Amino acid sequence: MARIAGIDLPKQKKVYIGLTYIYGIGQFTAREILKSANINAEKKISELTEEEVAAIRSIMTSEYKVEGALRSEVQQNIKRLMDIGAYRGLRHRKGLPVRGQRTKTNARTRKGRKNTVAGKKKTTK
Amino acid sequence: MPRSVKKGPFINAKLEKKVQQLNDTNQKKIIKTWSRSTTISPDFVGHTIAVHNGNKMIPVYISENMVGHKLGEFSPTRIFRGHPMSKAEKASKMRK
Repeated sequence: MARIAGIDLPKQKKVYIGLTYIYGIGQFTAREILKSANINAEKKISELTEEEVAAIRSIMTSEYKVEGALRSEVQQNIKRLMDIGAYRGLRHRKGLPVRGQRTKTNARTRKGRKNTVAGKKKTTK
Repeated sequence: MPRSVKKGPFINAKLEKKVQQLNDTNQKKIIKTWSRSTTISPDFVGHTIAVHNGNKMIPVYISENMVGHKLGEFSPTRIFRGHPMSKAEKASKMRK
């Protein structure tokens, strides 16, 4: 059972993929960690020995910010933007796209599911 | 893409001079500026700068964690007052 940073890693996957289940670790960082820990990245998670898991864990805690700590940092950055009243903060507050995308159509990721405005008819004039 | 480090941050020369003057004489005065693209440098902290938004001057009090942002970010150029209503909608709202 490999449990790193409070996340259970999937046993049947290769290590460099399995590590990406941790928030803040992508394939690139996963490979970097494995390289400095001297572990074959193609190995399955179930094949890892206790020492190897411990090595990964110690590298991760010393050099990378993952999971809760990373999440709270992102939230703090957003909060900072909101508090200083910057344009980007205002967009975060309203739940609209922050980086100048169009909002006439699309932007559904930020705005969420469509909600139809009732009684909006085509004006015949 | 960010601006080249070689050039350093863009700061409107005239505005910088005015801020320096206030710093030298230890004054706090509102400076008007149209230069929205000026990066806020640490010298600006504590001053109030009135930034033009195309219509009005918006007074912006510069705090410490605004450093590195542009002046224009704190002076919104658009006001959203809700979506326009049709006549029928307006009437039904009035009745309520």
